[in-house]
Amino acid sequence: MKKLSTLFLSILFAVTGFAQATEASPQMADTMRSEGKIYVVVCVAAIVLTGLIVYLVSIDRKLGRLEKEMESTRNKNK
Amino acid sequence: MNIKKNWWKFLTVGLLFYTVIAGFLGKVPAREILNETIRNLYFHVPMWFGMMALLFISCVYGIKHLNGGKLKDDLIAREAAHAGIAMGVLGLITGSLWARYTWGTWWTSDTKLNGAAITMLIYFAYFVLRGSVEDEQKRGRLAAVYSIFAFVMMIVFIMILPRMEDSLHPGNGGNPGFSKYDLDSRMRLVFYPAVLGWVLLGVWIMQVRIRIALLEEQYHSDQSNSQSVSL
Repeated sequence: MKKLSTLFLSILFAVTGFAQATEASPQMADTMRSEGKIYVVVCVAAIVLTGLIVYLVSIDRKLGRLEKEMESTRNKNK
Repeated sequence: MNIKKNWWKFLTVGLLFYTVIAGFLGKVPAREILNETIRNLYFHVPMWFGMMALLFISCVYGIKHLNGGKLKDDLIAREAAHAGIAMGVLGLITGSLWARYTWGTWWTSDTKLNGAAITMLIYFAYFVLRGSVEDEQKRGRLAAVYSIFAFVMMIVFIMILPRMEDSLHPGNGGNPGFSKYDLDSRMRLVFYPAVLGWVLLGVWIMQVRIRIALLEEQYHSDQSNSQSVSL
């Protein structure tokens, strides 16, 4: 009985081990999944940074337009 | 955007993208407890550099205002302090999170931590002081004098006192700083550009805030002029 259960367990481990092995092999697009998927984090952080920079640039440009407008109205009133 | 005038904004964007990409992918020394959080050096520490740079600008323009009495200098001092404190708050929050997973607590009664918190409070009081004075000239002079003291207190609280007492924080009280052995040449390659990039981002935000405030000032003075004309 003990032998049987040992055999059963070892087969189970072997099967799960094999399953893991087969599961691991067909992964594709490997750059994004390598090294603990750190590249995904890099991409997320880069997107956040891009968004913030784009936002800041748009505020900056809007402000530039307002400054020009203020200047032209001031010149007109002179 | 005018490239000749705003070249430093392009530099900022470049440096920050370099920081994010090289900051995560670059090699770092393996250390117990710190593990990968050592990369926080590229994000947490530059916040404080940014704060100190902006508060320095605030202090300089405060002195300028005391010398010349120009309202524009006072306005620049105000906006620089505002942007600086925003960076300081980010420094506190990120530092607290980092402490949770390395020292095991969000906050501990450490000289450097409390010093940073007190610095924030001193500058909050700066804005309260500004808000409580009506007269522009008086407000400017009071705020400028206060900001000189506040800047000196910041240096004492986050640069001097932590070095005299025991502190958990790297670089203080017998604790080796990152510069001793953790900050090797590979990390320097990211750290220095990161500091410059984040400081420049703070200056950029400050510049935008100053321009908004100047525009507001012009608008109000134009309005009061036209009102006095119609009267």
